Amino acid sequence: MNQLWEALLWCLDPSNWQGPAGIGARSLEHLGYTALALVIASVIAVPVGWWVGHTGRGRGVAVAVSGAARALPTLGVVTLMGLMLGIGLAAPMTAFVVLAVPSILAAAYAGFEAVDRQVVDAARAQGLTEAQVLWRVEVPLGLPLLIGGLRSAALQVIATATLAAYVGAGGLGRYLFLGLKTQDYAMMLGGSLIVVLLAIALDLLFAAAGRAAVPRGVRVARQGQAQ
Amino acid sequence: MSWILNNLPLILDRLWAHVATSLPAIVLALLISLPLGWLAHRYRPLNGPVLTGAGLMYALPSLPLFIVLPVLIGTGVRDAVNVVVALTLYGVALMVRSVSDGLDGIPPEARSAATALGYRPLRRFLAVDLPLAGPVILSGLRVVAVSTVSLCTVGAVLGIPSLGLLFTDGFQRGILAQILTGIVLTVALALALDRLLVLTGRLLMPWARTPSRRTSRRSHRAGGVERAVTPS
Amino acid sequence: MISYGSVTKRFRDGTVAVDDFSLSVPRGSLTVLAGSSGCGKTTLMRMVNRMVDPSEGRVAVDGQDVAGQDPVALRRRIGYVMQNSGLLPHRTVGQNIATVPRLTGMDRSAARRKAADMMDLVGLAPELANRYPAQLSGGQQQRVGVARGLAADPEILLMDEPFGAVDPLVRADLQRQLVELHHQLGTTILFVTHDMDEALTLGDHIVLLQAGARIAQQGTPKDFVSAPASDFVRDFLGLDRGQRTLRRETAADGSVLLVDPHGRPAGVLAE
Ligand SMILES: Nc1ncnc2c1ncn2[C@@H]1O[C@H](COP(=O)(O)OP(=O)(O)OP(=O)(O)O)[C@@H](O)[C@H]1O
Ligand SMILES: [Mg+2]
Repeated sequence: MNQLWEALLWCLDPSNWQGPAGIGARSLEHLGYTALALVIASVIAVPVGWWVGHTGRGRGVAVAVSGAARALPTLGVVTLMGLMLGIGLAAPMTAFVVLAVPSILAAAYAGFEAVDRQVVDAARAQGLTEAQVLWRVEVPLGLPLLIGGLRSAALQVIATATLAAYVGAGGLGRYLFLGLKTQDYAMMLGGSLIVVLLAIALDLLFAAAGRAAVPRGVRVARQGQAQ
Repeated sequence: MSWILNNLPLILDRLWAHVATSLPAIVLALLISLPLGWLAHRYRPLNGPVLTGAGLMYALPSLPLFIVLPVLIGTGVRDAVNVVVALTLYGVALMVRSVSDGLDGIPPEARSAATALGYRPLRRFLAVDLPLAGPVILSGLRVVAVSTVSLCTVGAVLGIPSLGLLFTDGFQRGILAQILTGIVLTVALALALDRLLVLTGRLLMPWARTPSRRTSRRSHRAGGVERAVTPS
Repeated sequence: MISYGSVTKRFRDGTVAVDDFSLSVPRGSLTVLAGSSGCGKTTLMRMVNRMVDPSEGRVAVDGQDVAGQDPVALRRRIGYVMQNSGLLPHRTVGQNIATVPRLTGMDRSAARRKAADMMDLVGLAPELANRYPAQLSGGQQQRVGVARGLAADPEILLMDEPFGAVDPLVRADLQRQLVELHHQLGTTILFVTHDMDEALTLGDHIVLLQAGARIAQQGTPKDFVSAPASDFVRDFLGLDRGQRTLRRETAADGSVLLVDPHGRPAGVLAE
C-alpha cells in the first residue's frame, strides 16, 4: 500500500507533468494515437462492414476475420510491426489499426443485421433507393452497435499503445518500461494508474455516446418491453 | 523454419508455460463466475453493480493491471501469479454476464415444472438450470478461453514466461521467424482450445445441436455486439 | 389495371412459388388473393412493384410491362401495406406516413398536412402524429401502415395480410373501414389473405389459390358460396363441415333466427 501512495505522489508531482516527456504530453500522445488509429481503422472497416451488412455478401469472411482476430496476440503484432517497419509511428500505428479493424468491422455489419429485415423490406417497397435504405434506415438503426464496436476498438488501442512503448513508441507506456528498467516502481505504478483512468474515462464516454445514439423511437420501444 | 527446428525445446518450454498460466485462469474464471452470475441473476439489485463492475473490469488494459495487481495482493511484479489472477479477473468479468444471461434466458415453464417435480433448489440448479443455460455459458467460456490465451502473452514484457517471450526475445534479437512462430502458436492454441470447448459442449449438451444459421443470426441480434468487448 | 400473363417464379433454391399464373385485375376493383400458407400469394403481390421479378411471363401495370420500369419510381406510385406494418421504428408516425411524399419532393409543411389528412382518413387521432410506432397498439400501427400506403395517392394499393395480427374486433373494424376507403377513393386494391371469411367480407373479386399459385376458383363472394368449384374450395370455405349452411328457426319472441347445423344461433334474420 505504501507503494501505491508513492505512485500517487509521483502522479501528483508537478515536475512530472512538465515538458514533452511529462504526464500531460504523454497522455495527449496516447490519446492522439488512439484517435488516429480509430479514424484510420474506421475509414477501412466501416464501409466494408456496411457493405457486408447491406448486401449480405462476404459475411462468412467477415465473421471469420473478426473471430480469428480475437485470438491475435497484441504484443505479437506490435513486435512484428516494430521489427518489420522499424522506429517511427508507422509500426505501432499499423499494429493499432490491424487490431482495431476487426471489432469495428464486426460492429458495422452486426449493426445492420440487427435491423429488422421487415423494416428494410418495407422501406424498399415504399420506393426508397438503395442509398436511401442505407442512410435513412440501416445507418441510424445500426449506429448504437457500431459505437459499441468503436468502444472496444478504443480500449484495444489504449491497451496496445501502452505496449507499443516497448518497440519505441511514445505515450504513457514509456513510464512503465522506463520504470521497469530503472527499478522506479513509483513511476511504473503511477503510469499504470493513469492509463487505467484514461481507459475507464474513454469507456464511459463511449458508453454514453452509445446510449445517446439509440434513436428515441427505439428507446421507447425498449422501455415498453421492459415494463 | 530452421529457427524453429533449432529451438524446439525452447518453444515447447514456452508453450508449456503458456498453458500452465492460461488454463488455471480459464478454469478459475468459470468456477468463480458460476455462483457470481447466479447471484446477479437471482437478486435483481445485485445485477446492476455486478455487471457494471464486470464492464469496467474489462476496460482495464492488461499491462497496467499486471503492474498494479502485485501491490494489491502482495506478490512480486515478475510473479506469474499476477498474470493468473489478472486473467482470472478478466475471465470472471466476461463470464458473469454469460452466466446471468444464460440463467435469465431459461423458460420459466421449465423451471417451475422442475420445482413441481420436487427438485430442491440446489439440485434444480445443477440438474435443470445449469444445463439449460449451458449453451450461453459455453459461448461465453469460448470467448474467455480465446482472449485469455491471447492476453497471456503480455506478461512477457515483465519477464513472465509464456509464448510472449518469443515476441520480446525475437524483437530484441531481430529474429522475425521467432515472432511469427509465437503468433502462430498463440493463435493455434487459442483456436484448439475453442474447438475443444465446442466438442465438449456437444458431448455434454447433445440436445443443443449447433444452431442453424437462421437461429444463430437471431441470437446474434438479441445479444448484440456491445458485449463483444473483450479485455485487451 | 394489373395483369399477369403466364407468370412463373422459380427461386434460386429451386422452389417454384408461382407456376404459369394469369390474371387480370380490373381498375378500381378490390381483388383478394386467398389461399393457404406458402401457396405463393406474397410472391405474386411482390411482382407488381418489382420486389420480386418473374422468371417467366410478364406482369403489366396499365398495360406497361413492369420489367422495363425503374423499380424505385414504380414503387413510389404503388402503395404497399404488410402484415406487421414495417414502420420505421426511429421515425414518428407523421414522418412515417410522409415518407414517400417527402421522397418525391413535397416540401415539409405540405407533407405534414398530407400526413394529417391521411391520419384523418384512416381514423387516427391527430395527436398520435408525434408518437413513435412502438407507442401504438397493433391496430393503430396497421392504420398507420395503410395511411402510409395511401399517402402518395397511389392508383394501386397492395396489401399483404395487413390485418393478420390484430384481434377479431379490431380486424372487423379495419375491414369495414377499408371497404369504405375503397368506395371513397376508388383505388385498385390487391389484397392477400389466408382467411376466407376476410376474403368474402372484402373482395369484390376473389381468387383462391392452391400450391404454386394455381387458381382453384375465381369469382365474386356469391359465386364461391353458391357454387364452389371443387372439394378443395369447399374445404377452404368450410362448407363440408356445414358451417355455412344455416337454417331458420323461430324464437320465443317471434323473431327469426339463423341457426348453424350444431344448433348454435348465428344471427337474426332481418326481413
Ligand atoms: N426468397 C425466397 N427464396 C426461396 N423460396 C422462397 C422465397 N420466398 C418465398 N419462397 C417460397 O415460395 C413459396 C411461396 O411463398 P409466398 O411467400 O409467396 O407464400 P404465401 O402464399 O405468401 O404464404 P403465407 O400465407 O405464409 O405468407 C413458399 O414455398 C416459400 O417458401
Ligand atoms: Mg405471404
